Parts: sequence; structure tokens; C-alpha cells
Amino acid sequence: MPAEIYLNVAVGGALTGLVYGLMALGLSVIFGVVRVVNFAHGEMMTIAMYIAIVLFAAFKLDPFLMMLPIAAVLFAFGYLLQMGVINPFISRPEHSQFILLVAVALIIVNVLLIMFGPDARSVQTGYSFDSFAVGALIVDATKVYAGTAAVVAAAALFAFFRFTRLGQAIRACADNYAGALVVGLDVHRLYALTFGIGAACVGAAGAMLVVLMDVTPASGPAYTLLAFVIVITGGLGSMPGALIGGVLIGLTEALAGLLFTPSAKSMFAFAILVIVLLFRPQGIVGKRAA
Amino acid sequence: MTRMLEGVDRRALVLLAILLAALIAAPALANDYLITVLILILYFAYTGQAWNIMMGFAGQLSLGHAIYVGLGAYTSAALFVHFGLAPWLGLLAAVPVAMACGAVIGFLAFRFRVAGVYFAILTIAFAEFARIGFDHFRWVGAAAGLFLPVAQYVSSDLWTLRGRPIMFYYLILTMTAAAFVLCHLLLRSRLGYFWQAIREDEEAARALGIDTFRYKMIAVVISAGLTSLAGVFFAFYYNNLFPEQVFHISRSIELILGPIIGGVGTLFGPILGAFLLTGLAESLTEVLGFVGVEVPGAKQVFYGICLLFVIMLVPDGVWPWLARALRLDGKRS
Repeated sequence: MPAEIYLNVAVGGALTGLVYGLMALGLSVIFGVVRVVNFAHGEMMTIAMYIAIVLFAAFKLDPFLMMLPIAAVLFAFGYLLQMGVINPFISRPEHSQFILLVAVALIIVNVLLIMFGPDARSVQTGYSFDSFAVGALIVDATKVYAGTAAVVAAAALFAFFRFTRLGQAIRACADNYAGALVVGLDVHRLYALTFGIGAACVGAAGAMLVVLMDVTPASGPAYTLLAFVIVITGGLGSMPGALIGGVLIGLTEALAGLLFTPSAKSMFAFAILVIVLLFRPQGIVGKRAA
Repeated sequence: MTRMLEGVDRRALVLLAILLAALIAAPALANDYLITVLILILYFAYTGQAWNIMMGFAGQLSLGHAIYVGLGAYTSAALFVHFGLAPWLGLLAAVPVAMACGAVIGFLAFRFRVAGVYFAILTIAFAEFARIGFDHFRWVGAAAGLFLPVAQYVSSDLWTLRGRPIMFYYLILTMTAAAFVLCHLLLRSRLGYFWQAIREDEEAARALGIDTFRYKMIAVVISAGLTSLAGVFFAFYYNNLFPEQVFHISRSIELILGPIIGGVGTLFGPILGAFLLTGLAESLTEVLGFVGVEVPGAKQVFYGICLLFVIMLVPDGVWPWLARALRLDGKRS
């Protein structure tokens, strides 16, 4: 195989990885603040992907333009989920939270199955087969758009947490739960906002990813696992870590699919996860937690 | 015997005796369908009990127990298919393989201080690793599956485990009863108290001089070994094994739903949970079939909603709540 193929696949994988990174960022934000592992994360992303498919099929609305509205819908979903279901569970043991979110995931997967059937769906835009050529390097246009959008979304989120009062209040909750209560922050509402923001991340990521790959109702759990792998590799709770982890896993999967068989590609992602957990449990960029 | 029963509420014993008698007598009254449902219930009661040793007793949350089921199933089935080795000999290899795997996971996790959510995700990672690995493992059929020769169902051969459902029913009933007794004894042993100390507060347990690493390892290894026996049962009962089914994360999840819904750390929890959840799933099938709803997925939606409500209403599980209601909790089982 000529060397350019490796380069093309690697760049494509890294760009897809940025979208994975945005999805994982949502998981990381939720865990970092609410301290709940969202076992329905990938399933929430499939909701976003199906919304994008319906909007495109019915109104020819481009998924990239629909990114913000879809993120808003998912925000509402996440907000209500945290307010109605998860808030009473924040101080419960992990296995109780786990069952709760597994139940949510089960409902999502099967409601999607009832509504859309088991077949794979995708979106074919007018530019689906366009590509950019830089010298020998050829990259799909969709991947370039998606990767760029993911970086912009992540940067916006980063700015929100760094510079706005609300973002600072949420970080205060994450740093010191009791302290946040003492200074009079409405922690439950801030948790709901955080879960909503995390859900908005998967919403945006789902709208982009639907242009890059097919979706079935059953693909949710695999995305949940992928998000875990990325977030732990990059460092749970670290925002740049999620993007770096995403790129690393995207690259690994793309190259493993090329060099070995595509069906074994996620084995390499899990191998990276195990190695990171054992030798650098705080993740590549994370700070060592207690 | 007397020591074994010491401090057990008499009414709990009566309850147990009635349950056991009913289960022994059940095949006389039940039709084939009910037998298969009961086998499923007991299978989940058994695996739930085995998982409970690790989580309920020692406080280590494993979300990847499918790996031990799968290793037990594949080892015994492969030995049977390739060398004609009976499962009773095959389990002599299957159980050590699963125990060794548990020991490796436990060693890596506990040595490198991987705990809590990270430990849970590490167990998922190993199970997924095994799933994809077995998908490409030619000797055991890879993704195309491993099939056991199906015998004529006229007579039952207990030695090779080829036979009718009734044989499997009594086999899994024996396994479940034995696991219950074993867990009861473990919970009251020195080891059991060490585990509970670790579960409640690992730092404090270490401060008291308990070798936490050692006792957590013992919990994982025992749990893995017991779970692999369920795998051997699974292989010979279903006669076909696919990595995508056996090692899939949904297998690990359904295995732990029972004990969590029933009550983590209790002896009755896994059994009650298995009855409730399998009963719920089967009755949903019946009810939806009766009403004429045949949409794929409808059953799982209702199942998920029920699960959501149960965990929200009785977050500690049904058994602790029921035991309080029946005043059986004077002596906590």
C-alpha cells in the first residue's frame, strides 16, 4: 500500500476522533460535576442522530445547520432527566445509579427501535462525496466540517466554564459540594444544567456523526463504551483530555481497521484503556484524583 | 449443622424450606414452558449470588461478569467438542481458567489502585476485550459460533449433560441451593467479616490490620470460579455459543440486575430479584401477546420503565424492604 493511504486514513480517523471527543466531553463534564457515570450517553447520542435523520428526510435540513437546535433539544432532555430522575440518586451508591441509567438506556434504545425499526439509517448530503486534496493528502469534506465544528463547540464550552458566572458556579459545585451549598448555590438546578450541557454535547456530536456513519437503535451501547474509553484515556473531568483522547482513539481505530481487520479495531481502543487505567489512571492530561 | 443455622430466624428457615420444596415439586405440575422459565430464573439466581460475593460482600463493583460465564462456557464446550471431554472433567479446566482470569484482573486493579467507577469500567474493558478476541479465535469457531452436538432427547445422560430440560432444571436448582448455602457460610466466616469491613470502609479495614488486597483477591477469584460454573451450565443447556452473545455487555448487565433489584449484599436478594425480573419479562411477553401488541421493542420499554420505578421506589432493593415489612430483619440475612 502506498504511504499516502496511511496518511489519509490517519487524518480521517483523527477528524472523526474530534467528534468522538466532543461526545466524550459531554460524559466528562457530567461526571466531573454531578459525579454520575452516564451509562445512557451513547443512547442519548443516537437520539440526536435520529432527530438529524428525520429533519433531513422530511425538510432537507442539513445536519450541520441543525447542530444547535438538536443540541438544544438534547439539553432539554438532559435537564429534565437530571431534575426528574437522577437528582434523587446523586448520593446513592454507584450500582444504584448504574441500574437507573441502564433502565433509561434500555428505554431509549427500544423506543427508537419501535419508531424507526432495526435497519441502519444515514444521511446523504449533496457534499457527502466531496473531498479536499492537499498535495497527496485527500480528506473527506464531511470529516473536515465535522472535525472543525467539534473543535468550535468544545472551545465554546471551554469559554463558558472559564468566563461566565454560571460556568464558574458549576465549577464551584464540582470542586466543593458542601461549600457550594453554603454559599447558597442551587446545586440541584446547577446539576440539571450540567447534565443538560453534557447532553447538548452529545446532541451536537450526534448531528455531525450522522453525516459520517450509519446509525441503528442498537448502536447506542457501543458509543457509550467508546465515550468511556475516550474519557478515561484523556482523563476523566479534563476538557482538553476528552478531545485528545478522542483523536487518539479515532486514529487508533482507523489505523487498526486498515492494518488488521475492521472488526478487531475496538480491541485496540480497549487495550489502550487498560494500559491507561493501570499506568496512568488519571488519564493522559488529567490530574491525579484522590 | 447447628452452627450453620445458628442465629437464623426460624420463619426465614420455614420460608426457605417451603420455597425449596415448591421448587423440587414444581416439575410435577409445571409444563415444559414453565420449566424453561424456572431454569432461567434459577440461572440468574445462581449467577446473581456469585456476583454478589464480589459486590455485595466485598464491595467491588464488577460490570464485566460475562467474561467468567464466557470463559467457563467456552472452555468446557471446546474440550467437549474437540476431545469429547465430559463437562464434569471440563469444569476442572474451566473453573481454574476463569479464576486465573479473575486473579489477573483483580491483581492489576488492586495493585494499581484502580477502584470504584474506574474498576467497574476496567471489568467492562476486559469483557469487551474477550468478546472481540473470541470473535477471532478460530479454534472455538470465532464469530460463526461453537456448537455442541445435540443428542436425542429420549434419555438424559448426566455425565455428558446431554438430555431433557428436566435434568438441567434439577442441576441448576442444586447449584443455586449450594451457592446459597456457601454464601451463607462465607458471610458468617472470618473471611466474610473481613469482606464486609472492606465494603464499609476500606481505609478503616486496612488500619485494623486486614490485608485488603488479599481478601479482595479472594472475593474476585471465588466469584469468578462460581460464575464460570454457570458458564458450563449455559454451554451445555443452550448448545451454542457466540462471542457476540456470551461476552456481550448486555449479558453482564442482565446478570447483575437481579441482585441489585433484589438487594445487594443480602442472601435472598439475588433469588428474589431473579424471580421478579424474569417473572416480569415473561409476564410482559404474555400480556403484550394477549393484547396483541407485537411491536419489537415494546416489551423492553415496559421492562425498562418497571426497572426505573423499582429502583426509584426501593433503591436498596426489594428484599430489605420486604424483610422489614415481614419483620424478618431482626437477624439480617
